[in-house]
Amino acid sequence: MASNTLTRMDLSEAVFREVGLSRNESADLVESVLKHISDALVAGESVKISSFGTFGIRDKSARIGRNPKTGEEAPITPRRVLTFRPSHLMKDRVAKGNKG
Amino acid sequence: MIRSELVQKLVDENPHLHQRDVEKIVSTIFEEIIKTMAEGDRVELRGFGAFSVKKRDPRIGRNPRTGESVAVEEKHVPFFKTGKLLRDRLNGK
Repeated sequence: MASNTLTRMDLSEAVFREVGLSRNESADLVESVLKHISDALVAGESVKISSFGTFGIRDKSARIGRNPKTGEEAPITPRRVLTFRPSHLMKDRVAKGNKG
Repeated sequence: MIRSELVQKLVDENPHLHQRDVEKIVSTIFEEIIKTMAEGDRVELRGFGAFSVKKRDPRIGRNPRTGESVAVEEKHVPFFKTGKLLRDRLNGK
């Protein structure tokens, strides 16, 4: 299953191959892209990448949770979570590619 | 932030690069991620998050308008799980 996991290294290798920057600079740019997306999200902004998808932030309010092992009640503090909505293009390609 | 704003930020930081190169870099990154998932593989970006493919079992769905049953085939959908570092940053840790 976890046969061909893609990592940062593979992304910078693709940038190196497709754009022809040095390997070092390609790696830096991959990092910058992730950093800008993260920073925008941390600032509470959603990030919409056309034909890829949308990263959004949702505020979750406090609730009483339960430790599933002990059954004990435990308060869950309000928190912010990230949601990702894939674009139609991504959904279609992932569905087609994994068919059959 | 939208794609063009992301490109602009990178252009501002890298004045030695042409805008069209930066656009190519950005589209290459997103294209690689989609391509990998289309092949059924995972993308793991430590600190940021991981993209994976989840299988949805076949089921009997219903046309909400007519109430008619329809067979829905097994399908695969993209899924994103936030990385620990980013999750902590979102919560001011």
